[in-house]
Amino acid sequence: MTTENITDPKTIVPKITVKDLNFYYGDDRALKDINLSIAEKMVTAFIGPSGCGKSTLLRTFNRMYQLYPKQKATGEILMDGANILDKEQDLNMLRAKIGMVFQKPTPFPMSIYDNIAFGVKLYENLSKNDMAERVEWALRKAALWTEAKDKLNQSGTSLSGGQQQRLCIARAIAVKPEVLLLDEPTSALDPISTAHIEKLIDELKTDFTIVIVTHNMQQAARVSDFTAFMYLGDLVEFGDTDKMFINPTDKRTEDYITGRYG
Amino acid sequence: MLNLYARRRIINATSLTVSVLAMLFGLFWLGWILFTLLEYGLPGLTAAVFTQNTPPPGSSGGLLNAIAGSLMMTLVGTLIGTPIGILAGTYLAEFGQRGWLAPITRFINDVLLSAPSIVIGMFIYEVYVIRVGHFSGWGGALALSVLVIPVVIRTTESMLRLVPNTMREAAAALGSPQWKVISYVTLRASRAGILTGVLLAVARISGETAPLLFTALNNQFWSSDMNQPMANLPVVIFQFAMSPYDDWHQLAWAGALLITFSVLTLNIVARVLFRQKTATH
Repeated sequence: MTTENITDPKTIVPKITVKDLNFYYGDDRALKDINLSIAEKMVTAFIGPSGCGKSTLLRTFNRMYQLYPKQKATGEILMDGANILDKEQDLNMLRAKIGMVFQKPTPFPMSIYDNIAFGVKLYENLSKNDMAERVEWALRKAALWTEAKDKLNQSGTSLSGGQQQRLCIARAIAVKPEVLLLDEPTSALDPISTAHIEKLIDELKTDFTIVIVTHNMQQAARVSDFTAFMYLGDLVEFGDTDKMFINPTDKRTEDYITGRYG
Repeated sequence: MLNLYARRRIINATSLTVSVLAMLFGLFWLGWILFTLLEYGLPGLTAAVFTQNTPPPGSSGGLLNAIAGSLMMTLVGTLIGTPIGILAGTYLAEFGQRGWLAPITRFINDVLLSAPSIVIGMFIYEVYVIRVGHFSGWGGALALSVLVIPVVIRTTESMLRLVPNTMREAAAALGSPQWKVISYVTLRASRAGILTGVLLAVARISGETAPLLFTALNNQFWSSDMNQPMANLPVVIFQFAMSPYDDWHQLAWAGALLITFSVLTLNIVARVLFRQKTATH
């Protein structure tokens, strides 16, 4: 964010480009003609009041909605030129490239070590030593290594909430994805754990393209380079985070960030 | 204000009293049953019960062949019924959101769950025993397995449904195929609950008489051949309790005590297991 043109999402390299995206829960249209680009190795935040479609948009990037028969998306989401929504696109390979962390920590019912190895084993056949190295690498990246290194064989549920969330981040990056989707990753955490994770997001963007959904506007202002404000399924405003918070173009954005609704 | 609080206190006291009385009433009969069992069963619980076979009238003996037969048929019945129950329960919980097959299966399973066990005994008699031409341990185990299946299906499904959907989403988001999500994550998360269900199914079948009467019948002698009629505790109790001999009565009480306390133990183990599971989550 040093020069003027880098802060404009239209001129920098897009990792993901969304074109005319519509999303339906049954007959309910939850996203309306969304067009935006996610900049590579930057943090993009989606904000907006509850039910505005920000999580729905995030969940189209890894086609999470496919678990549920009544949900469908139309339009295009291009990542490195290929359409994610294309039925030909292999779902598992897509998800290897796009990791996700959820609102509530979801450690699997297995040891800390196996929690991280689980995802890696889906794609790579590593020797015991290489796997141990990968687990350590992921835990260090997620700033959990010092706390977890002596209890790798203990259950993932034995960690505190904030640690569990960092375990989930470690689990997601262990697969070495290119994009990391964070769906309100700190809304179930205390302020100290939240600060940990925000610091982590800042460090992770050197390696990963990050998209974060948050209902905490200060958080969006703190961690993101670009912000998209959504309202009732529309993308109202999208651009440089600093500009959006200091001088929003749209009246609805201004109302929301000044706390008039949401 | 005060009036309102006084009224609530009275309603509270009344409902508490009524509930406690209802509980005591239920417990009283249970206690009486256990007490009677101990009173009549304990004196008969000698070493001979575990070392000698069921006696002919007029001589002394034990229940060894009946205990062994019961254990074998319960074991085989559980081994047949558990995998089928777990697989079917997994289908209902993980794939049963769409289509017509799952709701129908669920309904039939509920019917099966409350079907009188004598009907199941007659069914196996008709489709297996008659075709083979004689009563046998296999027939008994088969009938018991039909009783195990609906219990295991029901508990497997409800335990899997307790696993939060975010867990499935998290595993799927890593790119895990559905069979891995189910076998490594959701089934693992609910294994204590499922094991509890299996134990409860074992407890249920270990006292069943009717299905065995039509299938395994009984055997006065030692036999570990599952292809022959097989002695078992419930039928022996039934036969001995109806007899005119005092020492047979004594053995029937000892057998009843054995069954009751093994069921009680199974239930306690199941509860402890389930409590450990819920404590860690």
